[in-house]
Amino acid sequence: MPRTIIEKLWDSHVVHAREGAPTLLFIDLHLVHEVTSPQAFQGLRDRGIKVRRPDLTIATADHSIPTTDRALPIVDEIAAKQLAQLETNCRDFGIRCLGVHSERQGIVHVIGPELGLTQPGMTVVCGDSHTATHGAFGALAFGIGTSEVEQVLATQCLLQRRSKTFQVKVDGTLKPGVSAKDIILALIAKIGIGGGTGCVFEYTGSAIRALTMEERMTVCNMSIEAGSRAGLIAPDDATFEYLSGRPHAPKGAAWDAAVARWKQLPTDEGATYDRTVTIDADALEPMITYGTNPGMGVAINQPVPDPSSVADPLERDSIAKALHYMGLEGGKPLAGHPIDVVFIGSCTNSRISDLRAAAAVLKGRKVSPKVRVMVVPGSQEVKRLAIAEGLPEIFTAAGAEWREPGCSMCIAMNGDQLSPGQYSVSTSNRNFEGRQGKGGRTFLASPLTAAASAITGVVTDVRTLA
Amino acid sequence: MKPFTNFESRMVKLPINNVDTDQIIPARFLKTTSKQGLDQQLFFDWRRDPGFVLNRPESQGLQVLLAGDNFGCGSSREHAPWALTQWGFRAVISTSFADIFKQNSLKNSLLPIVVPPDVHAELFAAEGAVKIDLPNQTLTTPSGRAVRFEVDQFSKHCLVEGVDELGYILAQEALIAVFEQSHPAPIDTLA
Ligand code: SF4
Repeated sequence: MPRTIIEKLWDSHVVHAREGAPTLLFIDLHLVHEVTSPQAFQGLRDRGIKVRRPDLTIATADHSIPTTDRALPIVDEIAAKQLAQLETNCRDFGIRCLGVHSERQGIVHVIGPELGLTQPGMTVVCGDSHTATHGAFGALAFGIGTSEVEQVLATQCLLQRRSKTFQVKVDGTLKPGVSAKDIILALIAKIGIGGGTGCVFEYTGSAIRALTMEERMTVCNMSIEAGSRAGLIAPDDATFEYLSGRPHAPKGAAWDAAVARWKQLPTDEGATYDRTVTIDADALEPMITYGTNPGMGVAINQPVPDPSSVADPLERDSIAKALHYMGLEGGKPLAGHPIDVVFIGSCTNSRISDLRAAAAVLKGRKVSPKVRVMVVPGSQEVKRLAIAEGLPEIFTAAGAEWREPGCSMCIAMNGDQLSPGQYSVSTSNRNFEGRQGKGGRTFLASPLTAAASAITGVVTDVRTLA
Repeated sequence: MKPFTNFESRMVKLPINNVDTDQIIPARFLKTTSKQGLDQQLFFDWRRDPGFVLNRPESQGLQVLLAGDNFGCGSSREHAPWALTQWGFRAVISTSFADIFKQNSLKNSLLPIVVPPDVHAELFAAEGAVKIDLPNQTLTTPSGRAVRFEVDQFSKHCLVEGVDELGYILAQEALIAVFEQSHPAPIDTLA
C-alpha cells in the first residue's frame, strides 16, 4: 500500500504495538535543555536508573541563559542555579552538554540541524513544543512533557498514539517581501490554532520545494501554533546538500548509503492523507499578528477584525479580549502602528539567513530613535558566521543591539523582556499575553517586516520602505 | 501515583477560548528545578485582577475547571498540569485540548474531559456540582444528565489503578533491546 512519509517514519520506529495500549516508539535523537529537564533527572535519581542511550542524547542551555557577555556572572540566581543543575545532571548521567560556555551553545532547535544531528528518517523529541523544527529534514519530530523526557532518558522510547496525516500544500511563487514566515502565519490564520490538533503536517508543493533548509525550518517550527505536534517536509537534494559535511553527518560510504535510504522516504505516489489544505503562494502578502495567539494574523495591509462582526459569542469575546489586551481597535490595519521594541531572534528566525535578511534591510539605515532593536543569533555558530560576514557591524551601525545566543525575548525568562504596555514586532513564534514580558504586546512577523519596522518605528510593510 | 477516584465538585468557570500554557503558568516561573509550589503561580497574571474567578471565595476548594475551546495550547511545559493539580483541580472540561497538554495531564492524574458543544453550553449555564466517574466514563451534569466521555483505555487503566507509565515501559526492556539490535544509530552525540 502506498504510504505517506509520516506513516513510513512511524512504521520504522515501532518497538511494540499492542491492542488496547499506545504504541511503543523508538527515539533516535533526544534534545535536552535546562527548563524542562531538571524534574526528569530527579525522577531518574529517585528510581535509581541510568540514561539508556547517552549517545542519542544532547543538552544545551538556551531558555534562561542571559544574552549578555558570557564572561560576566549570571545575576539571576534562580536561572544560574537552573543552568548549573543542567551541567550537573549531564555530568552525572554521562550526557554531552553544550552549556553556558560551550562554543556550540545555542537554541536547541538551531544546534541540532547545525551539528548534522537532525537527519532524515529519524524520530526526534525534546521537552519543547517547537521540536517540529527538525521536521524540515524529513524527521518525525515533536515536543514532549517532562514525564516523557524522563521516559525517553530511561528507555529511549515513548508511548504514542498515531496521529492523523494532514497535507499542507503550498504551490506557486512567493512575491518579493514575502517569506517562509508569512507562509506559516498565513496557514495558522487560515486553520486556527487548534486546526491541526491530533495531526502531523506534511508540507508539500512547489513553494515548499523552493525553500532553503533554513526557510523550511521556519515553516515547520510553527506547526505547533496550529495545534499540530509535528510538521515535516520530505527530504530532497536541498536537504542532502545542507547536511553534507556537518560534524555529525555520515561520511564516505556511510554517506552514500544514508542518501540512498533517505531517498526512499518521500510520500509514495497514490498515498492519501486524512486531510489536505492548500495555500496559494502567489496570493500571499507579508503577515502580521494583531492578537494574543498566533492564529490572530492578517496581511499587513488588511484591517484587523472587528469583534462586533463575529457571530460565535465565545469567539467574539476572545477577539474582543485580545484586542483589549493589545490596546487596539478592530477594523483598522496595523501598518503605521507605533512600536517600542523589535526582536529579531528565536528558533523560528535566528539562523544566518534570517540575520542576512534583516541586515539587508538595515544596511546603511538607522533604526528609529524610539525603538530598541535586539538581534539575537540562534547559536554560537550562527554568531561566528555572522561575524565572518560583517553583519554585527551593520546592526550596530544602524543602532541595533547585537547579543549572545539564546531564546531571549522569545520567552522572556532571562531578563530580556518588554515592559507592561510596550509593543514589539517580533520574529518569534508566540504572541500570548505576557509571553515577552508581563503586560507586553507582541506583533509576530518576518525578519523583513521586523527590520523595516525598526527603521520607521511603526509597523511597516518592507515593500513600502523608501 | 495515587488511584483516581470518583468525585463530585462544583466548577470554576473560565469562559475563554484557547487558554495557553503561558497563561496557566507564565514562563518566568519555569526557572525552578522542582515541581513544588507551582499552585502559587497558577494563572498568576490573571489573578492580579481581584475579580478573576480563581480569586473569588466561592471558587476555593473546587476540583473541576470548566474552560473554553482548545484549552492548554502552546508550550509543552508540564508545569501547567502540575500547577493545576497542586491548586486542587482533578479534572478540566472543554470541547477540545491541545495534544501535549492532554498527555501531560493524564500523566499527572488530571483528567481532561471533552464534551460536545451543547453539554459545554449547558455546563456554563448550570449551577451546582458535576459528578465524575472515570471507571464508567460518565460526567453527570448538575441537572442530572449523564454524559459519556471518551478516554483511551490505557490512560484510564493507569489513572484508575494509579500505575505510572514509566514502570510499564521499563517492563518492555527486552523488546527495546531487540529493536536496538535491528536499528543501528545514525548518530553518536558523544563522538
Ligand atoms: S526560541 Fe522561543 S520558542 Fe524557541 S525554544 Fe526558545 S523559548 Fe522556545
